[in-house]
Amino acid sequence: MPLTIITVKTMSDKILLAHGSGGKLTHDVIRSFLAALSNPVLNRLDDSAVIEPGGRLAFTTDSYVVQPIFFPGGDIGKLAVCGTINDLAMVGATPHYLSLAFIIEEGLPLSDLERVVASIKETTAAADVAVVTGDTKVVNRGTADKLFINTAGIGTVPSGANISGHNARPGDVLILNGPIGDHGIAVLSQREGISFATDLKSDCAPLNGLVAEMLAASHNIHCLRDPTRGGLATTLNEIAGQSGVSIRIYEEKIPVREEVSSACEMLGLDPLYVANEGKLVAAVAPGEADSIMERMKRHKYGQDAAIIGEVKEENPGRVVMKTRLGTTRIIDMLVGEPLPRIC
Amino acid sequence: MKLVSEFRQPELADGLVSSIQRHVSKEARFMEFCGGHTVSIMKFGIRQLLPSTLTLTSGPGCPVCVTDNADLDKAIALASLPDVLVASFGDMVRVPGSRSSLQEAKAAGADVRVVYSTLDALSLAKENPDKSVIFLGIGFETTAPTVAASIMQAEQEGLKNYYVLSLHKLCPPIIKALLDSGEVNLQGLICPGHVSTVIGSRPWEFIARDYGIPCVVSGFEPLDILQCIDMLTRQMANGEAKVEIAYRRGVSQEGNQTAMNIMQKVFEPAPARWRGFGEVAGSGLKLRPEFGRFDAELNFDFDPGPTATPKGCLCGEVLRGVKSPGDCSLFRRTCTPANPVGPCMVSAEGTCAAYYHYGEDDVR
Repeated sequence: MPLTIITVKTMSDKILLAHGSGGKLTHDVIRSFLAALSNPVLNRLDDSAVIEPGGRLAFTTDSYVVQPIFFPGGDIGKLAVCGTINDLAMVGATPHYLSLAFIIEEGLPLSDLERVVASIKETTAAADVAVVTGDTKVVNRGTADKLFINTAGIGTVPSGANISGHNARPGDVLILNGPIGDHGIAVLSQREGISFATDLKSDCAPLNGLVAEMLAASHNIHCLRDPTRGGLATTLNEIAGQSGVSIRIYEEKIPVREEVSSACEMLGLDPLYVANEGKLVAAVAPGEADSIMERMKRHKYGQDAAIIGEVKEENPGRVVMKTRLGTTRIIDMLVGEPLPRIC
Repeated sequence: MKLVSEFRQPELADGLVSSIQRHVSKEARFMEFCGGHTVSIMKFGIRQLLPSTLTLTSGPGCPVCVTDNADLDKAIALASLPDVLVASFGDMVRVPGSRSSLQEAKAAGADVRVVYSTLDALSLAKENPDKSVIFLGIGFETTAPTVAASIMQAEQEGLKNYYVLSLHKLCPPIIKALLDSGEVNLQGLICPGHVSTVIGSRPWEFIARDYGIPCVVSGFEPLDILQCIDMLTRQMANGEAKVEIAYRRGVSQEGNQTAMNIMQKVFEPAPARWRGFGEVAGSGLKLRPEFGRFDAELNFDFDPGPTATPKGCLCGEVLRGVKSPGDCSLFRRTCTPANPVGPCMVSAEGTCAAYYHYGEDDVR
């Protein structure tokens, strides 16, 4: 059933400053959020959520300012839920609770907010996490771009898991769960000024289920990272730097859709540097790679998983790629925003 | 046709590499004029595939890089005027001029917008009738026709607040200047692909005829470049010097006459300043007098101040092909993509940025 934000009988179908005033209109909005995201902790509406997660905790936060707020395969709400869930999952944690804070630009159509909340509802339900606290602010037109969302998340780390960007070891095998660049290109394709037609969808997805499967196969997962902004290249450089190792990847092993590589050529971008929102790269003990891969391939977000390279000892901090032509190329970190070419 | 994968097939590359090896019997130096070629060559590691006797040198074909500091200072001074909006392609915003960059001017309050095409700049002019919108016209023959078209459209629509600072440059005159300088000894020229889609391959004929240097127009995929190098080595082995095209899907002998006509209607050749070369006669484009009301140089009162070049920066020498990024004492030390000293480290097509990002042991 579609979600509807019912407000007092203003004739407006847009968010007004009064929706963030703390008064009647704010309560109307909050009630409609409650209807969508209902759970016993949230429903108490105390100043803080009281939770008892137990065990080793993982805690993270992130803000989402994607533009446009709706894009093929997702929207800012789905992104805000998946992004934070994935940050928890990347230390092996099972996500339980999320906070959800909106900063809304005056004039946002109510129907847009409803769509975003419905998407948050769907994504949290699918990932089995609960929104237990939240906030809504409305700011003057022009002081925010439609809608910003901040989410924080709490998860518990299962005993035996010791996953960190510092833990990649020489000899480890690198696994990627599917094709890269879908999110960045899907969003760019919608952006004013460079829009182009494509059937491509963002890969935005919660990866906690996939990580749980991987951990069920083996606890010898040393490092997990989601290659979001800056793409796979930047993530691999982070791992190489933090773990004091080098990384060697193979171009022919890295899955990239033809649409993504074509769009990248057209725009002067490199898929290795394009953002993903449903991808992870894992450094795992070599003897465990096959069993982890087998589990991954059975999961819907790991069907296209591939072994893309390995961790090495020499030249710590360096990432190199063997190209299809048999040559070797250094893979550096992204500097600045990738901009489309001009000539 | 698959846009990308068909032009990167390893088996075909192997065949071309063997052919190149068969045809190179002595030391030879080829120049890739275009920054886009430099990027492809470095990104795909093509130099690793070539015989050690064959050297590839990067040329001046990066429009952002060759823009002189005096011209950058003009753009920054214009952006700092009240009620002016400067629209620019992205890379240009980050290039340091004598004292500042457009990015820094923006942070200090100037209205600087990054656009992806001249159509975006025209839209900005329509949306901001109370501002003068100045488009920074940088680029070679590839981009100049689109800028000319924007001026014709502005005229048709009666737009009174659209201007162009024309810093456009022409490729054949600068290659002539480079060869006349006698600083580099070339046995082959990899001619620019995108520029040749517009001007065709004929404008390169003087190089083969007058200087005896084999010329081949190349595309940007690894197989395009390898095929081009193969064709150059074959000419060399046969003692020939002629102009050939290894990029037939994009380039003809005649070029794109419509684009050339639009460009020539709005612009006329003029002297232009090139970083590393100084002023070169007939190597730039300025607005014809009948389009003078769109010319930012003529319609604004601004002071770009004295020109300065950063100490130790070898961008000029790198652009002339006489130095390699590794020869520069700033390279990788004080000059990095995050903190660029010269434009060759800023632009996506800059030689220093390409060497920095894709690296090779000879410069590391």
